Amino acid sequence: MNKLQRAFSKGKAFIPFITAGDPCLEITEQLVLKMAEAGADLIELGIPFSDPVAEGPVIQEADYRALSAGTTTDGIFEMVKSIRKSCDVPLAFMTYANPVFTYGAERFMKKSQEVGIDAVIIPDVPFEERDEFLPYCSKYGIEFISMIAPSSHERIRMIAREAQGFLYCVSSMGVTGVREQIGNEAENMIKQVKAVKDIPCAIGFGISTPEQAARMSKFSDGVIVGSAIVKIIGQYGRDCIPYVVDYVSKMKSAIK
Amino acid sequence: MSKGRFGVHGGQYIPESLMNAVIELEEAYNRFKNDPKFVAELNDLLENYAGRPSLLYYAAKMTKDLGGAKIYLKREDLNHTGSHKINNVLGQVLLAKYMGKTRVIAETGAGQHGVATATAAALLGLECEIFMGKEDTERQALNVFRMRLLGAKVHAVTSGTQTLKDAVNETMREWSKRVHDTHYVLGSVMGPHPFPTIVRDFQSVIGREVKEQLMKKEGRLPDVVMACVGGGSNAMGIFHDFINDTGVRLIGCEAAGKGVDTDKNAATIANGKLGIFHGMKSYFCQDEYGQIAPVYSISAGLDYPGIGPEHAYLKDIGRAEYVPVTDDEAVKAFEYLSQVEGIIPAVESAHAVSYAMKLAPTMDKNQIIVICLSGRGDKDVAAIARYKGEQIYE
Repeated sequence: MNKLQRAFSKGKAFIPFITAGDPCLEITEQLVLKMAEAGADLIELGIPFSDPVAEGPVIQEADYRALSAGTTTDGIFEMVKSIRKSCDVPLAFMTYANPVFTYGAERFMKKSQEVGIDAVIIPDVPFEERDEFLPYCSKYGIEFISMIAPSSHERIRMIAREAQGFLYCVSSMGVTGVREQIGNEAENMIKQVKAVKDIPCAIGFGISTPEQAARMSKFSDGVIVGSAIVKIIGQYGRDCIPYVVDYVSKMKSAIK
Repeated sequence: MSKGRFGVHGGQYIPESLMNAVIELEEAYNRFKNDPKFVAELNDLLENYAGRPSLLYYAAKMTKDLGGAKIYLKREDLNHTGSHKINNVLGQVLLAKYMGKTRVIAETGAGQHGVATATAAALLGLECEIFMGKEDTERQALNVFRMRLLGAKVHAVTSGTQTLKDAVNETMREWSKRVHDTHYVLGSVMGPHPFPTIVRDFQSVIGREVKEQLMKKEGRLPDVVMACVGGGSNAMGIFHDFINDTGVRLIGCEAAGKGVDTDKNAATIANGKLGIFHGMKSYFCQDEYGQIAPVYSISAGLDYPGIGPEHAYLKDIGRAEYVPVTDDEAVKAFEYLSQVEGIIPAVESAHAVSYAMKLAPTMDKNQIIVICLSGRGDKDVAAIARYKGEQIYE
């Protein structure tokens, strides 16, 4: 069992997302350690990008805050290395094609392996373009996470068949961000996935309340929460840790 | 390698939520581009609504003054709505209608593409929303009102640098919320496949006409064809029919702002590196970590950190040349063309005029330069006055 499979082996997985370097890398490191203690099964670390087209305003602002604070890809690698001295929670990078491509796809994946990253999620690299990065992911043992959306329809089977690690199911159309209402489109999407491949499915985009998380976890293997946490970080800045920990604990118990 | 490649450039680097939308668009485009009804309707709009063919004007005074090659201006500024943008927009909005879409959205920099889209949407009866960087809404306030007058809703984009690239980001985000009834009328030869090809095809009418018109006037091909390049749609439109005529030099003029050696320019070919952004692989102004650089130009329409993938390819294979032109040079050309020919060019087009002013005197009198005068300069008059220190507001 690899580390990513382990994240889904203890019941429903709770997967928080934070933007690395928001408000600074020292706080990000503390957040990872404390969220892991509070029950996070897998943590997504966003490498900030100047133009995150799949993100709503909350994560866009976190990216700007992180970049303004001088966060770089190399700085994030160093931070992950430091996290790995004391914590083995599965970690996935979430970023955009250009920061990876410009760093050098092979250099990026090699470095990710060296510091202990388990997976990458690159939302602007769809199925058709995954060969840009997939060979290097395979070479260095980094899982390349695929996404499916409510508009994927017949593409779901194609994507699911080739998927590795887990499938990121986008709950509803649009960009990341808290939504008051989330439909049940993901339930049907996950059924289609499971019909072709036995792979964990985690739902993301829009989930913020324990009630939503509980409902989504009924038909999925895990829930991903980003904007709701990033909002707390934006609100409390360097003092955010206890508030985030409290939130993560609540969300984790909601899906138990 | 995925679809829509120009050498290594192009591709479809977009979120999964948009993949079926671009696939549907490609299928529809391939179905309708040769459909006699669609073609007839589009040609009718181009001729009787946009005013095509546009004139190929021999700039005799400018030619004499510069003392070298004969200069012709392809007068896209005379099209309805005042720029080449209408060519692509009529094609795409009509296509959207044939696809059964009821709403169009678009980004705009200077406002020309936004105005053209709002115009076509008004004419063809589609709902229209335009995304424009907040800084650009201030630089081009008149165009904002013009779009509203045409019935469009204009959103001022406050994220990032508040210019064209951020307007593209926001339009992509909006599209991913509503793909079922909405078509994204992308304004340049950029973005994910099939946009660079569709926009090029709809703009290629410019070069086709030039070839025919020049053949009538001069009985030969031009020696140089030039145009300004931001994303590169008017340039691609005028270049396309000449790509196989290897004796014709193709020159794209990019915005060097305060200078290519300063941190205030948008000269993608001069300063950019290969990258992946806005759905395509191409050259982009960016830092060592792949963060897209905040770019600058006096011209809102050229103030973009990337370039269309086909231009990147033409650059790679040496078929086209790309030269930087500064704000100062463009403003001088803006005034020059106004005074010498009585034609006020868009500040974007003035970048091409400026390079022609340098090049023409080095060429023989029997040689020919065709400049794509992509738009008219009315929208820029107040900004140019301010640039020259006169505090005029629209």
